[in-house]
Amino acid sequence: MTLLSVDNLTVTLNTVRGPARAVRNLSFDLQKGETLGIVGESGCGKSLTALAIMGLLPENGWADGRVSLAGENLLDYSEDRMCQVRGDRIGMVFQEPMTSLNPLHTVGKQIAEAMILHRGMNRAESRAEVIRLLDLVGIPEPAKRVGSYPHQLSGGQRQRVMIAMALSCGPELLIADEPTTALDVTIQKQILDLIRNLIEDLGMAMILISHNLGVISQNVKDVIVMYGGTRVESGPTHDVFSDLSHPYSQGLFSAVPQIDDTKASRRRLTTIPGTVPELADLPAGCTFQERCTYVTDACRPTPPPVVQVADGHNVACLHIDEARTAWAAR
Amino acid sequence: MSVFLAKRFLTFIATLMGATVLTFMALEILPGDPAAVILGIDAPESAVQALRDKLGLDRPILERYFAWLGDIVSLRFGVSFTYSTPVIELVQARLAITIPLAIMAMLLSAVVAFVLGVYAASRHNKAGDVTVMGISQLGISVPNFWLALLLILLFAVNLRWFSAGGFPGWDNGVWPAFKALLLPAVALATVQGAILARFTRSAVLETMREDYVRTARAKGLTRRATLWRHVLRNAMIPVITIMGLQFANLLAGTIIVEEVFALPGLGRLILQAISNRDVVVVRDVVLMLAAFVVFINFVVDILYAVIDPRLKPHDV
Amino acid sequence: MEGQPSFWRRCLGHRSFVAGGSLTGLLVLTAIVSLFWTPWDPIKQNLRDRFASPSWEHLLGTDQFGRDIFSIIMAGAQNSITVGVVSVSIGMAFGVALGLWASAKRGWVEELIMRASDFMYAFPAILLAIMLVATLGQGAINAIVAIGIFSIPVFARLTRGAANAIWAREFILAARAAGKGKLRITIEHVLPNIVSVLVVQATIQFALAILAEAALSFLGLGAQPPTPSWGRMLDETRSMIFINPWLAVYPGMAIAISVLGLNLLGDGLRDVIDPRLARKR
Repeated sequence: MTLLSVDNLTVTLNTVRGPARAVRNLSFDLQKGETLGIVGESGCGKSLTALAIMGLLPENGWADGRVSLAGENLLDYSEDRMCQVRGDRIGMVFQEPMTSLNPLHTVGKQIAEAMILHRGMNRAESRAEVIRLLDLVGIPEPAKRVGSYPHQLSGGQRQRVMIAMALSCGPELLIADEPTTALDVTIQKQILDLIRNLIEDLGMAMILISHNLGVISQNVKDVIVMYGGTRVESGPTHDVFSDLSHPYSQGLFSAVPQIDDTKASRRRLTTIPGTVPELADLPAGCTFQERCTYVTDACRPTPPPVVQVADGHNVACLHIDEARTAWAAR
Repeated sequence: MSVFLAKRFLTFIATLMGATVLTFMALEILPGDPAAVILGIDAPESAVQALRDKLGLDRPILERYFAWLGDIVSLRFGVSFTYSTPVIELVQARLAITIPLAIMAMLLSAVVAFVLGVYAASRHNKAGDVTVMGISQLGISVPNFWLALLLILLFAVNLRWFSAGGFPGWDNGVWPAFKALLLPAVALATVQGAILARFTRSAVLETMREDYVRTARAKGLTRRATLWRHVLRNAMIPVITIMGLQFANLLAGTIIVEEVFALPGLGRLILQAISNRDVVVVRDVVLMLAAFVVFINFVVDILYAVIDPRLKPHDV
Repeated sequence: MEGQPSFWRRCLGHRSFVAGGSLTGLLVLTAIVSLFWTPWDPIKQNLRDRFASPSWEHLLGTDQFGRDIFSIIMAGAQNSITVGVVSVSIGMAFGVALGLWASAKRGWVEELIMRASDFMYAFPAILLAIMLVATLGQGAINAIVAIGIFSIPVFARLTRGAANAIWAREFILAARAAGKGKLRITIEHVLPNIVSVLVVQATIQFALAILAEAALSFLGLGAQPPTPSWGRMLDETRSMIFINPWLAVYPGMAIAISVLGLNLLGDGLRDVIDPRLARKR
């Protein structure tokens, strides 16, 4: 059953130089209980997509298109109705655990807040539930920790608290925006494992956003690669990663050092020439045209069509064959 | 925590000491002979010399400083030349005016600042915000003694709702006394309130940009609930700090405002003492005021630690 | 930055800057013009023509001594400008130097200077200014110097804070690695990068200086007669408000307009120089 259906989502921001489309015509479906990863460089629109789904776009931004949660378009919802959805049906975990918790409120109070709001619990009832949640996310001595303040916890622990907060009302969908980027490498795996296990146990769907290919490859069933606000490649994670077909995805992959005893690890790291263009300067055609090795004039006027290269594996490019040939030969 | 308290306390004491030095030195620059000024030009030299001895004016400066310091610490304030009354008595009488005035002004300015500041922040970049900023811009540009004069013009001279000055004393009923302090308090509160309003606004705006506000919204809290539960309490910390630090300004303002409204408060006492060259009064009262301001700053410091759990001692 | 309008265009496009600049310009212009010409002699008394109502001859009427108010207001601008320029110069000369020194040296020098600045902040400055001026003698110069002294800690703290941020930047490390001495780095690199912040503060201090001097003059401790001073005018007209209330209005308005202009100018400059700060406002 389709839980979330995003249809031609376009997010426009009012910048100093006029309106700019930060996300353009993004479409994807998410089934109940399934996981989706969105990967791309900073500024490619991944976070804005999440914010658009939550209805939390900044003041200078607005969204067009459809974001259907179980059939209803969230973009049509009034602010009050969205408040009922947030925290209750969709939970979100953010990137910076150090600053995402209010330093003046105890951890317990902040976790209980959503439950008191959406489930009508009182303080006493919520306390028991908070302790259970803290235990669930792996915080030792949860009963003691209820009264702790955020600054008394480590970064990893704070992120666990954030996860507990997001899960507190049993949402159908969890959106995790770079949940481990700000954490130590050793902690990252723990947190990702935690999230993955919880999702499975609770039957939730998840959208995991990251710029880190390693994180994506190991934790989600399907993946969308974004560049310049558009989807350039998507499909089941394993299929996409073993058969990268878009020049950008390939470039992204090549830029990651391989540390093992293979031909790959002895190759020079490649970089993608050029830089991400400013939002207002994005071209009308393929967003990657300025940095692509295979670019031709046909790429410039209109966005490239989406081609299915394998079952469920789609690529938006005019030069798929050349890219795939070159990739296989490397 | 105790380290923190100890450090703060030491700073407090050091600042107080500095205040005493500064106050003492400022009056040492006094040209001329205080004794001669007090007794008048025609006084015989012997009388002047006798007075000098009595006041200990010929002793070396350090000796006089420490003698004075010793007196102050044991709360033995001097006797005024002009009134031949102990400074303590003079001060007590005046405090009954200056303190209520300062409190009224502080409360008024806090309320106005809070309301306007939060309102402006919630209407950021819209008409409401611009209006509040405009009004507060005027508020900080206006000299408070001019505002006092204008208030007198409007409310005392034209409308005759209030008297143009003077103080009937608390014994003749609380309401008339209160009325006499109202206009002065408004004059004081306007400038303070304008400064605080702008500061409150920017504190609230900054707090609204914090990540934990985004988290609260993501949990489903409405904008209003977020404002009350997450923004205001956090934003108030810097605001209260500033209020404490503004206290010095407030006291300075009372000096001038008391002058305009002819209120026999501490400020007027100091001014009169200065023009009378009543060194004892000036020195002791200025020090009292300065000590009070320093004390308030110290309290604000401690309060900060109390409000912000990050500064409390914890077992981690 | 490519595509960004130039500095001056941004200035002119900014409401606060334009409004503030105009008012401040008006102040400066009035002061300069009054050096050469005022409709009437602001000092000469003309007792036959006291308390005249506004007319084409006397735009704002005359005061208790028959002097043309408009002319006195114009001439008063000179006093205000002088106060601002001199006291801010004193404050900047010493304050910036101290701040730069504190930032470059760090250690106990910085501690000492910052403690001293904090101390002066904690102390009700105007109280001390009143005392100083009262004991040293009234007069414009003493008032200006006292005000100047109290703006030193403001500049010292600001400079030190801004300079510390610059010292941490990488191109400074590069310069030091190349062997440049601290003094040279301070002059060549640190100072130019903090000038904009200092200029903004200078306009604000200018405004505060005018207010402070007005207060001192109001108490009789500033510019003495017959030098025209807005603050003292307010004091002189206090007893007149029952006769002619407008006498008390004009000088105050002059002060308010000047201070407002400077504040707006400072705000506008701040927004233009660092738009990120503008977002916080």
